Amino acid sequence: MTDGITNILVVGIGGQGVMTAAEMLARAALAQGFDVKKTEVAGMAQRGGVVSSHVRFGAKIYSPQIEPGEADLLIGFEAAEALRWLPHLRPTGVAMVNTLRIAPPVVSTGLYPYPADPIGQLTATGIEVHAFDAGAIAEELGNSKLVNTIMLGAISDFLPFPAEVLKICIVEGFRAYKPKLAEVNAQAFEAGRGKVRS
Amino acid sequence: MNAVVHAQAESRHLLSGNEAVARAAWEAGVRVAAAYPGTPATEILETIARYPDIYSEWSVNEKVAVEVAIGAALTGSRALAAMKHVGMNVASDAFMTQALAGVVGGLVIVVADDVGLSSSQNEQDSRYWGRFGHMPILEPADSQEAYDMVKQAFPLSEQHEVPVIVRMTTRVCHVKAMVTFAGERVEHRAAGFQKNPQRWVMTPANAKPRLPVMHERDRTLRQVAETSDLNEIFTGSDHRIGFITSGPAFMHIREAFPNAPVLKLGFSHPAPLAKVRAFAGTVDTLVVVEETEPLLETEIRAAGIDVRGKDLLPRFGELAPGVLRPAIKPLLGEPYALPNRLQANLFPRPPTMCASCPHLGPYFALSHLRNLNIIGDIGCYTLGAGHPWNALDTCTCMGASLSMAHGMDKGRGESDEKQHMVAVIGDSTFLHMGMQGLLNMVYNRGNVTVLLLDNRSVGMTGGQENPGTGEDLHGLAAPRVNFAKLVEALGVRPERIRMVDPYELPTIVKLVREEVKMNEPSVIITDRPCSLTDRFERLKPYQVVDDLCTGCGNCIDLGCPAIVVTHRETTTTKSGKLRELTFAGIDASSCTGCHMCVGTCAPAAIVQITPQPPQAQPIRIHPHD
Repeated sequence: MTDGITNILVVGIGGQGVMTAAEMLARAALAQGFDVKKTEVAGMAQRGGVVSSHVRFGAKIYSPQIEPGEADLLIGFEAAEALRWLPHLRPTGVAMVNTLRIAPPVVSTGLYPYPADPIGQLTATGIEVHAFDAGAIAEELGNSKLVNTIMLGAISDFLPFPAEVLKICIVEGFRAYKPKLAEVNAQAFEAGRGKVRS
Repeated sequence: MNAVVHAQAESRHLLSGNEAVARAAWEAGVRVAAAYPGTPATEILETIARYPDIYSEWSVNEKVAVEVAIGAALTGSRALAAMKHVGMNVASDAFMTQALAGVVGGLVIVVADDVGLSSSQNEQDSRYWGRFGHMPILEPADSQEAYDMVKQAFPLSEQHEVPVIVRMTTRVCHVKAMVTFAGERVEHRAAGFQKNPQRWVMTPANAKPRLPVMHERDRTLRQVAETSDLNEIFTGSDHRIGFITSGPAFMHIREAFPNAPVLKLGFSHPAPLAKVRAFAGTVDTLVVVEETEPLLETEIRAAGIDVRGKDLLPRFGELAPGVLRPAIKPLLGEPYALPNRLQANLFPRPPTMCASCPHLGPYFALSHLRNLNIIGDIGCYTLGAGHPWNALDTCTCMGASLSMAHGMDKGRGESDEKQHMVAVIGDSTFLHMGMQGLLNMVYNRGNVTVLLLDNRSVGMTGGQENPGTGEDLHGLAAPRVNFAKLVEALGVRPERIRMVDPYELPTIVKLVREEVKMNEPSVIITDRPCSLTDRFERLKPYQVVDDLCTGCGNCIDLGCPAIVVTHRETTTTKSGKLRELTFAGIDASSCTGCHMCVGTCAPAAIVQITPQPPQAQPIRIHPHD
């Protein structure tokens, strides 16, 4: 968060809701009156490939891209993907990581290994890492699709605006389009938030 | 109805460049819009489709889309065609001549270049078309500019009776940024088609007098560019380097060199050379930053202005701040060391086919048969080149599979003697540009086995409709082409048209084996919907009974992402050889119950979690059989 600009990188695998999470962050920043840009490379990403979504906000944003070493926050929806994008994080940055491991066909067929301890590798760099099993929380709440909101709840206290702003964006979004899911998403947000506080 | 449709003037929105183009088209009074899906341009028409006062369609290819837009423009209606960069190649036959004849209603062609190749087969600079076809080019740098420039493009087109190209890139199309809407829709009156054969019938005699008109128009447009407010100077405090740029590279320059003067060319062709010359006089060194070809740089240099550009910068790819800094800083005498970064050495995660993808079966078959040259096409099935299938030998452009396979058959070299030629193409690509290849092959007595993989969608771009799906852009019922009848009408003998369920592995393996042996064109048509579309029906998942799994690894060869390796063992065979065994499991949350893998499992270890009678007989497939 240098020069009054916040850079958030959200990463994962096609189909995990990475782009939706980034959209929520962008909308919250917009609600706070920031200039916002959001970009991603996801041309063929719904086919199980790597997805990265960049969110930048501040008084005035030019380039939409976060350069290596310039992300303030890294949200990883999958452990190895968080490791893959680690070079984009500042040494003073924070990584919020779902411990889920997904092996692509090149790994399951034995061509490449999956890192034995990706979270350990992240932590060993000295960067502030928060890792937890967001899927388990989602299951407790009865809906595996809540991972997205849980991760956003977890990162919400690291934003340069109140966590409530992001929460309201998410919950009101559901209230408008899928009202039945509004309450459980509010719970998921707080569950993710509590996971980091504890 | 989407909220964007009802957004009020002066309201601010977070929009992608593509969404901004759609809103601008609506406000500009566009009456007809057409496109063929293509990343990164697809969402332009998808968003326009939400505005009921615009007639919009998925055309079967980009040439058709541009011709539809041309026809509408000749009635006086404002019209828009949108496409990705390679679509321009297809459409060029239409606009190269219409740019000579001109237009009446505003005609805007929005083209999206995939700078950096996030999902394309090449990286080409569509700004060449403006030079080639004598058409002006506007280049937005973000969503707001995409909105503003599309609105300006229509009066520009009408005033000079010329199609206008709005050139976007992935980094404009797919970036969401703030857009302020200036107004509501203003209807544009269409007077109707005015017959005038000398103008609209492009025979040599009629086309020839248009040539001087076109060149005069170029001169006029250059003058317009000289005074256009789209060509803006941003004064800076550090005059050692001044930049000339266009498109999103502008944003990267402002990010990396906030104090440098910049001449930003929004109306970039014909280039305002007098303005460039004046700007050059205010800076020590002039550097052109353009994605991707050195077009402006060459034209500026030809005008006798001292300029630098591609001698400093990469010839391809995005000119992001991280690329600009190390290239330009040394010029300022400021050494620039790349930051020391933490690096993780990780496996790649390329895109792959989905669980229950109907292309898995055909590729399983192709990967197990030998003596095949497999000529591919553009679509999800291009992924068949990847692991574990490794069953695709070429991929060039839309529809090329059939004609290239035919050429490979006719041009057989020494090592091709025993090879069978197989073309692989999807439903939408076949209708886009593949049909002609098949007609040509039949007419010229070729011998290719065609796998026409009908998954009832344009899969790779997100499951859009086409004439083979039975629905249109708006999701409304539409006439559905009958592929078997179409192929027969093109001349393939009915005996050589084979319909097959791609999930029935034994059948598809048998069919491909039979058809490649024929000495005439044959077409194998599959018919299962893309598993990411609403047409796909998800069933109860399957599981592997561990006690029955022998570790043969056949199911792994299917390449279904729901099938995972649980563990490996090495055993010694009776003959004393070491043999690697791979034991499999199925991820129940990914499995959609398509049962395709059942056909790979000889010991019948794969069963539905709620037991049902097996739907396919197991087949033993020996590698390289």
